[in-house]
Order: sequence, then structure tokens, then C-alpha cells
Amino acid sequence: MISDITIGQYYKENSVVHRLDPRNKIILTVIIIAMIFCCKNFLALALVAAVIIVSILFSKVPMKMFFKSLKSIIPIILFTAILNLFYVSGGKEWSFWILKISEKGIYTAVFMAFRIILLIVASSILTYTTVPTMLTDAIEKLLSPLKVFKISVHSLAMMMTLALRFIPTLIEEIERITNAQKARGADFENGSLIDRVKSLIPVLVPLFVSSFKRAYDLAFAMSCRCYTGGDGRTRMKQMKFGIKDIGALAFYAVSFTAVILLNKYFGALI
Amino acid sequence: MKMSNFIEFENVCFAYRDEEEGTEVKVIENLSLTVDKGDFVCVLGHNGCGKSTTAKLCNAILVPQSGRVLVDGIDTRDEDKINDIRKKVGMVFQNPDNQIVATIVEDDVAFGPENLGISPEEIRRRVDEALKQVEMYDFRLSEPHKLSGGQKQRVAIAGIIAMQPECIVLDEPTAMLDPRGRREVMKTVKMLNEKFGITVIFITHYMDEAVKAKRVIVMDEGKIVLDGNPREVFTHIDTLKRVGLDVPEATELAMLLNKDGIKIEKDVLDIDELLDCVIGLLEDKN
Repeated sequence: MISDITIGQYYKENSVVHRLDPRNKIILTVIIIAMIFCCKNFLALALVAAVIIVSILFSKVPMKMFFKSLKSIIPIILFTAILNLFYVSGGKEWSFWILKISEKGIYTAVFMAFRIILLIVASSILTYTTVPTMLTDAIEKLLSPLKVFKISVHSLAMMMTLALRFIPTLIEEIERITNAQKARGADFENGSLIDRVKSLIPVLVPLFVSSFKRAYDLAFAMSCRCYTGGDGRTRMKQMKFGIKDIGALAFYAVSFTAVILLNKYFGALI
Repeated sequence: MKMSNFIEFENVCFAYRDEEEGTEVKVIENLSLTVDKGDFVCVLGHNGCGKSTTAKLCNAILVPQSGRVLVDGIDTRDEDKINDIRKKVGMVFQNPDNQIVATIVEDDVAFGPENLGISPEEIRRRVDEALKQVEMYDFRLSEPHKLSGGQKQRVAIAGIIAMQPECIVLDEPTAMLDPRGRREVMKTVKMLNEKFGITVIFITHYMDEAVKAKRVIVMDEGKIVLDGNPREVFTHIDTLKRVGLDVPEATELAMLLNKDGIKIEKDVLDIDELLDCVIGLLEDKN
């Protein structure tokens, strides 16, 4: 059912991670991504994996949700792994037919695959535990120093929020227009690829026209509610940087230091 | 000037420019009108009679080309005071989807008060209160696209009353709703008027909604044709039909019965009143 769609991939739960300051969650995600890229050997990578698993356990989001988000990127993981397998040379080498595989190539391929998996899982924690609008609010807050360069961060955040808000509305609209065109004899299922792309035009044109009408109405409605931009606006939901945020930051900082130490004492693989 | 005149139209004229033909299309012609504080006015008329334009003139979305509109003594042409006017006169539009800005009900209701720069605690209080008033408090954490049309429109109304306006203008708020949604919205608006004394200007083309107002204004071609309480207005069946409007069935039936020589009250508004009259008549005969 069309009304069942949820925006983003928020997983409803009331865990510590869900209640963290969204600004902090963005910072933590950036830290863990940096950590993943700093790893130089498998031990360091294993430590980051452990940190991520601990974070998932705290978030109470079931593991299978993360496997679900990994499913769609399996081709990318395979592609990267295979490229690395054949193009990295060093150490023992085996060759058969025109292909050559090196010992170092195998290590790198496995390492890269793990790295991508960790990247996806780490960023999924953020999107699973934070409502999209809270994310845009947090981005607005974090980017607010850019105001110095006369960049209207508030407008950008407002645009993101409105885009999120109108996704379900526009999906409904597409369904309505598609049905209306089908009733007039439009054929969306048969024909060559080019025919099918062409048959989308009678859907897209009305969709665009009605979107402009909606934008116009929305602008009126917003100005009727005294919206004049970001200046002088207050927010009902305040973001609070609490003790648990400091705890999470400390945990990540300690892990980061450990990663650097592991890199130093166990040598670099790549 | 009397203090009770909340909105005043003085000889207002308004015309749209037809870009294709390059001509001016007159929408409002020399309209004068006053709305008292606490009144419940229903504006009726068929499509293109200028009723929506009248609504938009009330809170400075449009400004008159000649004449003036005063809201609580402020001229709507005064651009510096535009937000003062919009704080006093809230507006609800026809399509509920196009006026909801947030992905969560309570965030949407908070949007107006947030724009006014009110403190977070006060916004929270107002949002909860507004949602309770429109009986949508249980849905405060829902996503708007999962609500019915009537519920969405009530959220939109809550978003306006959280700004604590003195007047709400509703521009055909029920045109896109099913009968149940229409009843919900009408009930909410009537409650706001009676319980909280909010002035209501309700634009519609449904007769059964107009019947519930305290005052009905019928418009045609940018002019006021009829103005009075519903009972008075609906006795002018011929005028209403001339401007392309229906008359409540009960009122029309009463008129027809009168024509046939049956003495029955002419100003009945609904089936129940008509029934009472008929029963009264029968009892008199016996």
C-alpha cells in the first residue's frame, strides 16, 4: 500500500542512541568513517567493527536491518574486491590463463570489502536512529558557521525538510496520474525500452505542472503562518548535548586512539 | 469607528490581469463590508464570484487596487505590519496537503509559533492545547500523509490556532473532503467560534455548511447580493437560484408548500425544523 511508505529508513525504538543529540550523532558518524579510513591492518579494522557492533547493540536496532541495507550494495562490494584482487601485486603470485593473483591482492580485496561493509553499516546506524527532519535540523545547526560566507543554511535545511515532506504526496500523485492515463488508454507495460520511456512523458508533464501549483500554494500557506526565513525563528524541540553525548564521544575518541596505536605497532597492510 | 468592527472593506476593487489577452478581469467591484469580532460569517457563491479573492484580501495576500481593507484598524497595504495582520488573521486553504510543512503532526503545528519567535516551552504548551482543541492530540506523533483529509485539515486548523489569531479565514476548507471530513471540520470551526470567540470567515459553496453560520453573505460577480442571518438569506430562493446556488432542500420544500396554499413557516433550515412545523400543522388541524 502506498500509504505505508516511510520516509528515510528510520527504525522506531527508544534507545540511548536514538536519544543522543542528532548533531552529536552526525559528528560521531564522521569520526567512525575517519576511523575506518585510518585503519591500516586487520586488527585495527576488527577493533572498528567491534565499536560498530557495540553501537548497534546500544541502538537496539535488530542486526537483520543492517543486512537488509547491505544487500543492495553487494555488487559494489564484489566489484571493488575483484578489481583489487587482480590489480594489486606483491608477495607470492599465482597465475593461470591471463589472470594473475597475488598474495597482497587477496589481502587487499578482503580488506576493501570489509571496509565498505563497515562504512555502510556505520552510516546506517545514523539513519536508522534519527528522524529525517531531526537530521536536517542538525545539519542546519552544524553548518551554521557558514553564515559568515553569506550562505543561507536555513533555506537549505528548509528545502530538505520540505522535499522529505512531499515525497509521499508526490508518490500518491504519480499513482493517480498513472491511473488516469491508463484509463485513457496509455500503455506503460508493453513495447521497447524507448517506447516505455516515452510513455512516461504523459505522467511527468502533469506531475511537474501540479508540483509547481503545490509549491505556489505552499509558499502562500507558509507566509500566512508568518514565515519570513530563519531570522527570529525559535524551535519547539531544542537539541540538548547531554552526559550520554559526552560518553559516546569519549568512547569513540578512545577507540580512535586505539586504532592509531594498532596501526603503529602491527604495521601497515596497505 | 466602532471597536467591534474587526475587518473592514471600504469600496474595495480588485482585478486580475489576464496575461494572454492583456486585459483586466474585474473580480471585486466596489465591495464594502464589515465583520464584527466573534462573528461567524459564511461567504457563499458559485465559482469565480470573487469569494476566494475576498478571503485573500483579508490577510494581505492580495491588496486592493482601490479602496482599502482594515484589519483591526491596520491597513493591509502597510507592508511593515504584514506579519501583525497575519498574526491576527490566520488562513486555512482548500488543499490540506499543500499547507502542511513538516513530516510530523506536532512539528507542523509548531511551525507558526516558531516563526513568531516564541519560547520553546510556550510553543510546546500551545501546540498541545491546539491539538487537543481540534481533537488530534492522539495523532501528534503521526505522519501527516497517513491521516484522512478531514484529519489533515484539522491539523492545518491547529497550526493556525497555535498562533492564537483573533480571526480565522477558511478558503473552501471542505471542498476536497468527503462528507465525514466536512462534518469534522465544520464541528471544529463552530466550536472554536462558540467556545473561544474566534471570528470565523468561512468560504464555501455548500449550503448545509452555510446554514450553521451566524451570518451568510452571498456573492456574485464581485458584489454582495445577499447579506443577513441564514434564515433571512435562504428565503430569497429566486435570487439564490439566479446566482447559480442551491437552496437547502427543506427551505425549498417549505416555499413550495406555501405556494400551494399550505401555511408553513418559510424560514426553516433543515429537515428537523421542517418536520416540527409539519407536525405542528397537523396537530393544529386535529
